Amino acid sequence: MSNPTEATMTDTSAARLGRKIKSTPEGEGMDYLETLPKRVVYLYVPLTIILFVLLFPFYWMTLTSFKSTAELTDFNTFNPFWVWQPTLQHLKDLLFGSHYPRWLLNTMMVSVTATALSLAASVLAAYAITRIRFRGARFVGVMIFFAYLVPPSVLFIPLAVVVSTYGLFDSPLALILTYPTILIPFSTWLLIGYFKTIPYELEECALMDGASRLQILLKIILPLAVPGLISAGIFCFTLCWNEFIYALVFIQSEANKTVPIAIVTVFTDGDNYRWGALMSGALVGSLPICILYSFFVNHYVSSLAGAVKE
Amino acid sequence: MSLIMNAQVATKPETPVRRSRWMALSGNRNWQAIWFMLPAVAFLILFLAYPLAYGVWLSFTDTRMGSPGEFIGLGNYIWLMDDPVFIIAVMNTLIFTAGASIFKFVIGFYLAILLNKRLPFKALIRAVVLLPWIVPTALSAIAFWWILDSQFSVISWSLKSIGLIDHNINFLGDRDLARASVIFANVWRGIPFIAITLLAGLQTVPVSLYEAATIDGASSWQMFRRITYPMLTPIIAVVMTFSVLFTFTEFQLIWVLTRGGPANATDLMATLSYQRAILGGQLGEGSAIAVAMIPFLLGAIMISWFGLQRQKWQQGNDQ
Repeated sequence: MSNPTEATMTDTSAARLGRKIKSTPEGEGMDYLETLPKRVVYLYVPLTIILFVLLFPFYWMTLTSFKSTAELTDFNTFNPFWVWQPTLQHLKDLLFGSHYPRWLLNTMMVSVTATALSLAASVLAAYAITRIRFRGARFVGVMIFFAYLVPPSVLFIPLAVVVSTYGLFDSPLALILTYPTILIPFSTWLLIGYFKTIPYELEECALMDGASRLQILLKIILPLAVPGLISAGIFCFTLCWNEFIYALVFIQSEANKTVPIAIVTVFTDGDNYRWGALMSGALVGSLPICILYSFFVNHYVSSLAGAVKE
Repeated sequence: MSLIMNAQVATKPETPVRRSRWMALSGNRNWQAIWFMLPAVAFLILFLAYPLAYGVWLSFTDTRMGSPGEFIGLGNYIWLMDDPVFIIAVMNTLIFTAGASIFKFVIGFYLAILLNKRLPFKALIRAVVLLPWIVPTALSAIAFWWILDSQFSVISWSLKSIGLIDHNINFLGDRDLARASVIFANVWRGIPFIAITLLAGLQTVPVSLYEAATIDGASSWQMFRRITYPMLTPIIAVVMTFSVLFTFTEFQLIWVLTRGGPANATDLMATLSYQRAILGGQLGEGSAIAVAMIPFLLGAIMISWFGLQRQKWQQGNDQ
């Protein structure tokens, strides 16, 4: 008679235990030792403050782009923390009354081309460094790492001269060819890390079967390194979209500008800044990268983590 | 076997020779590697190494836009040493880098520790935290510009509504406030990078260490000081090197927010070199300012490099 009861008792305790284990999964350590008030003071309050500060500019940017001009400068009639008379006027002016679509297209084209070029070059370089093990591979690897440490603001003056002697001044080609110098070191470094995790045996089998190095790279390594390629690709794309100083220096004509440059230089002429246009321009300019980001959050995180790993 | 092979060779007399040379060439790793490395190396030499060397050369000349200059030795540097604006820019850059890096590190590390705790919607919060880093700096700087506007600043308005101040704060018009503002904006943009990379590092620290320390009666500060910080030293060194490097050479944030003003109060070396070289046309002088950044950058790299070495030595695998 007592047996079934005992069984149920152990069952329930096991279930309880199970539930408790589930509620504190691995990696969160001893957080369950903290009481709720303590968690509020030490975790939720500071976290909320930091998140508020981090996100407020975006909230403000969004609000401003939908506010009417009257509302923008009159905080006393309209509480500034909300949109009371929403309008699409600024967006309409931006998309139909300026070169904005053209700038978006320029940015997109430059970013995609520069990213593709850099990825192709980095895949080849990373493969050679990790797998062909040629004489001086380590040295080349270190040099590429140092190339990553050369900042654009040190290079832009001589590059401006170089770009104009090559006859590329004021052409999107100037950006397409100079951006890879920022992107290749980083993505090579990231891909080296990925290639190292792919077992040698796969490659040896293919070599025995008479595959060439290029075939091995294209048919065996690349399919296995897709996550790494995505990480490197979106990271490069983000860097291109963000790039400022080269685009500011190398591009003169309004039609060839990229979004960040165009907004800063075209919309801020004169004394009266068009805040509505500026903010909606900034908002629309950030959207493509944010959408891309929302799809690949984990790749961004892993590429960031990979960027600082040795 | 060898007979058959000989017979085959005999039927095609010239091909084996050519083929074997081709095979030797294409089979040689060093030759193969050259082909694989060629695109990346070509880019880096044409648009990075050559311009870098050319920039150093330019800094020893009096080149102006449109007219080739002559070698003037250290002329530009001697001239800059007497230029009060350059001295201000160097000081600004050092203050900016030190201030921004310290705040970024402390707040970023703190945020990483918070994010490493048990949290509802953890993935969402982590994704949201990275946003300032994803959005192009120039565009978020424009938002800051509007937030810090002298007339229509929402911060001034809020403080006035609460009754703390009675007139607008001129964030970007006052020298010290402008410095504080650009540092704040830079910290805002840099926190996500530091928080997320350090979070990745925190997740590799074994929980058992903290459990053991708790049993031994360690306080949370002791656990941070004796476990978290030492375990993370290598990753901190790398992250902070990058952070210092990119803060030191900051250009776009300053250019959008203040253009170096008011009265050079926020001029950094990068913005000053842009003003002199591109806007003023003094390519030689501008290059000298840019080249003058290199020793500082090398210093920062060396410090973090030795930080790493020390860590390796502590772990006992420096052999």
